[in-house]
Amino acid sequence: MSLQHIERPAIIGDGATRLGADVLRLAKAASVRLLSRYGILIAFLALWQVSSSAGWVNAAVLPPIDTIVAALWKGLASGTLLGDIAISLQRAGIAFVAAVVVAIPLGLFMGQVRSVETALDPILQVFRQTSALALYPVFILLLGLGEASKVFVIFWATLFPLLLNTISGVKEVDPKLLEMARVYGATRLTVFRRVVLPGAVPSIFVGLRLSATTALLLLIASEMIGANKGIGFQVMNAQYNFQIPLMFAAIVILAGLGLIANQALVSLQRRLCRWSQPVN
Amino acid sequence: MASTSGAEVSIRELSKSFTLGGRPLAVLRTLNLDIRAGECLVIVGASGSGKTTLLRILAGLEAADSGGVAIDGKPVDGVGAERAVIFQEPRLLPWLTVLGNVAFGLEVRGVPRQQAEERARFYIALVGLAEFADAWPRQLSGGMAQRVGIARALTVQPEILLLDEPLGALDAMTKIGMQEELARIWSEENVTMVMVTHDLEEAIYLADRVLILPKEKGGAARLIDVDLPRPRDRSATRFVSYRQELLREFGLH
Repeated sequence: MSLQHIERPAIIGDGATRLGADVLRLAKAASVRLLSRYGILIAFLALWQVSSSAGWVNAAVLPPIDTIVAALWKGLASGTLLGDIAISLQRAGIAFVAAVVVAIPLGLFMGQVRSVETALDPILQVFRQTSALALYPVFILLLGLGEASKVFVIFWATLFPLLLNTISGVKEVDPKLLEMARVYGATRLTVFRRVVLPGAVPSIFVGLRLSATTALLLLIASEMIGANKGIGFQVMNAQYNFQIPLMFAAIVILAGLGLIANQALVSLQRRLCRWSQPVN
Repeated sequence: MASTSGAEVSIRELSKSFTLGGRPLAVLRTLNLDIRAGECLVIVGASGSGKTTLLRILAGLEAADSGGVAIDGKPVDGVGAERAVIFQEPRLLPWLTVLGNVAFGLEVRGVPRQQAEERARFYIALVGLAEFADAWPRQLSGGMAQRVGIARALTVQPEILLLDEPLGALDAMTKIGMQEELARIWSEENVTMVMVTHDLEEAIYLADRVLILPKEKGGAARLIDVDLPRPRDRSATRFVSYRQELLREFGLH
């Protein structure tokens, strides 16, 4: 939209005034867009800031935004929070990658072969419905209180959304397209490569985004039990020590990680699925 | 572009029934028919008369219960490279461009991409979509998408083109334009064309012969020669009388 404005040929003569008017209109359009999208978020943050600094709420429990930002900056600049971020990313990252490596191939296979899916579905449903957090003590008993149990519980919880979405992506590929490919003499492998796989990609991405969210959730939960480093540990630890701004700083980092992970997956999906995007 | 003169099809004692609610329901009963090389045969019949089933057996997508089909003397067993099917829906792969979709049939048969795309471009131009070669399917109208499906079928240069109500989902105006296009393509490509439709005017406009499948048990299939010069004039007296003859077959006149 903005591009069209810029590319419109300026009318000779009163070009300058028209350009000025265009710039004004552009700025107005941009601010309207910004407000309509982020207005409520900005209002929320402003309300927080005002009610905390004006004493409407207990500033010791809900410190003003600027104090939280200062604590965040201090933690990042001094490097203490960076170490926590690194270890947390490592735990969630290893678990997420492992889930991707297991769930996508397994899901593609299960979606294709009905008998395998029928045989595995009941146990998958049971596992899926059993809260990973409830199983965490079991994993601790099996794997000890170290990294292995933390990574495993995240892996476990991340596996199912991805696996189930991959399976349904494969199963929901339009049978009419499969028949079309068959008419042209496509082999099973070609049908899989050219029809099933691309057709399942959007559903796989739904799974990836759900799994990324789940990974961060389980990361925090696992770091709240028996960890001495990590963002989740920092949230708990800061609360114990009543360093409330630091606690909120850690929470802000978590929210940021979630947003970044989601945005990265959305961009990747845009690149891979240009065919399903509206033209810009 | 090079093309063959089409293949001939012989259908012998063909029977097919389905099980419906535990009871067998015969849709085709000992059908005998010879389709001439290069002709345009249009199959009409009430719903449930088995016209789509017949086409799917010709395509090799379904097997007959008894009897069989031979193409140029060779018995049909499954799909084959000498046949291409155009379905009622365009059935385009949404993740391929128009060019990718039209080249798809050749590519799955192992033709190198460049060669496949070159031939695809020829047929995209033939159906009047040259400017849309790089468009995505979701950007096309229903009529355009169906033309892409037609181009994809033509690109593999089949000897027999099987069409299953290809214009059934289009609006009336688009439909007439597409009928003219199909008539032109058929005359240019010298392909044997077998088409199922429920539109009698469409049948008379395109067919050398119209096959009317009986609905009721014991009824016999009937063939009507459409002896009209091409391109056909829908308002000509003889065109209209063919239409009335077909309507009478369906007990509607």
